[in-house]
Amino acid sequence: MTVFSLIIINKAGGLIYQREFQPGLRKLSTNDYLVLAGTFHGVHAITRTITPKLPLLAPTAISSTPTSASSNLASPSGTSTPMTTTTTAAATTPSVSATSYTYPIPGVPATGLESLETDKFRLTCFQTLTGTKFLLFTDPHMANIEVVMKKIYEFYADFVMKNPFYQLEMPVRCEAFDRNLNGWLRGRT
Amino acid sequence: MSSNTKASRIGEELWKTRVDKVNAELVTLTYGTIVAQLCQDYDGNYQEVNKQLEKMGYNIGMRLIEDFLAKSNVGRCANFRETADMISKVGFRIFLNIAPTVTNWTSDNNQFSLVFDENPLADFVELPDDGRAQDELWFSNILCGVLRGALEMVQMQIEAHFVSDILRGDDTTEMRVSLVRYIEDEMPPEEE
Repeated sequence: MTVFSLIIINKAGGLIYQREFQPGLRKLSTNDYLVLAGTFHGVHAITRTITPKLPLLAPTAISSTPTSASSNLASPSGTSTPMTTTTTAAATTPSVSATSYTYPIPGVPATGLESLETDKFRLTCFQTLTGTKFLLFTDPHMANIEVVMKKIYEFYADFVMKNPFYQLEMPVRCEAFDRNLNGWLRGRT
Repeated sequence: MSSNTKASRIGEELWKTRVDKVNAELVTLTYGTIVAQLCQDYDGNYQEVNKQLEKMGYNIGMRLIEDFLAKSNVGRCANFRETADMISKVGFRIFLNIAPTVTNWTSDNNQFSLVFDENPLADFVELPDDGRAQDELWFSNILCGVLRGALEMVQMQIEAHFVSDILRGDDTTEMRVSLVRYIEDEMPPEEE
C-alpha cells in the first residue's frame, strides 16, 4: 500500500505540483521533474491521438449516463434499431428532438496512456475532464488506486481550486492541500 | 421526462450525502450585499453591475467545475442536451438545491432555457424603484458567469444571459444558454 509520490500537470503540460510521500524512489532534480511532466504530457497526447475513436454514435450505447437518455426516449416508439441508424429513425419518431444529435459528439474521447509499470513502481495517470493530469507513483502491486486518485482529486478541488488566492494553472502552493493529503495517505497505511 | 431520471438521481444522492450545507440566509444576504455594493460602487450603472457579476461568476465557475467533477464522478456528456440535464439536475442541485427546468430547445439542439421556479439568491429581494433597475439590472447575473466559466473548463464555449426575471415583474425567471462551440484544443503545446 505504498504511495511514493504525486505529480500534477496542468492542461498545458506544466508541472504544478510534486510531492514525495514515502521514500522508495530516487529523487530527480527540479528540472528533471519539469522535463518529466512535459514529456509525459506529450506522450499522453500522442497515445490519445493514436487511440482509435469510437464510432460516432456508439458512445451513446456504451457510456453509462447517456444510455438512459436515448434508449428511454427511443423505446416508446418501438424502435430497437441499432444505434447507427438513430438519426434516421429519430426523424420518423415522435421523440425526434432527443435522439437526433446533429453536431459532432464531443463525448468519450480516446483515452491516453493510463499506466506505466516497472519492477519497482507503477505510474498511474488520471486525467480530469478539465485536462489536469494527476500522476501517482505507487508500489506496482498496490490495489484500488482509483480510490486514492479520487480522493486526491477531491482534495485538489477543495483545497486548491477553492482557495481564492490560488491562481489557476499556476504551481500549487497550498499548505492545507499538503496537510490533508499527507494526513489522509498516512491514515491509510 | 424519463431521460432526466438518471441525472436527477445523481443530483439527489450527492445533495444528501456529499454536500456540506450552509444557512440559506447567509447565502442570500451575502449575495444581496455584493450586488447592492456593486450598484453603489458603479453609481447605478446597472449594465456595468451585470458585467461585473458575470465576471465574478465566471471566476467561480472555473473553480467550481472541479468540485462538481470530483464529487459527481460523472463522465463527459455525449451531447449538449445531456449537458443541460447535468447542469440543471446535478449542478444546480448540489450547489443551490434547486433544479431549474430545461426547456425551449432550438431545433439544432444548441440553445435552451433554464426556468427557475425558485431562486435562493433572490429571496427577500426587491429591486430599487429608481425607474431603471427594473429594466436594466439582472440581479442573479452571477449564475450566467458560473455556467460560462464551468463549461469553458470542460471545452464548451457558451453564452448565457437572463431574458426574464420575476424580480422585474416578469412571470418567470428564465436564462437562455447557447452553445457557441466545442473547444478542441486538446493538442500538446507546440514547443519543440
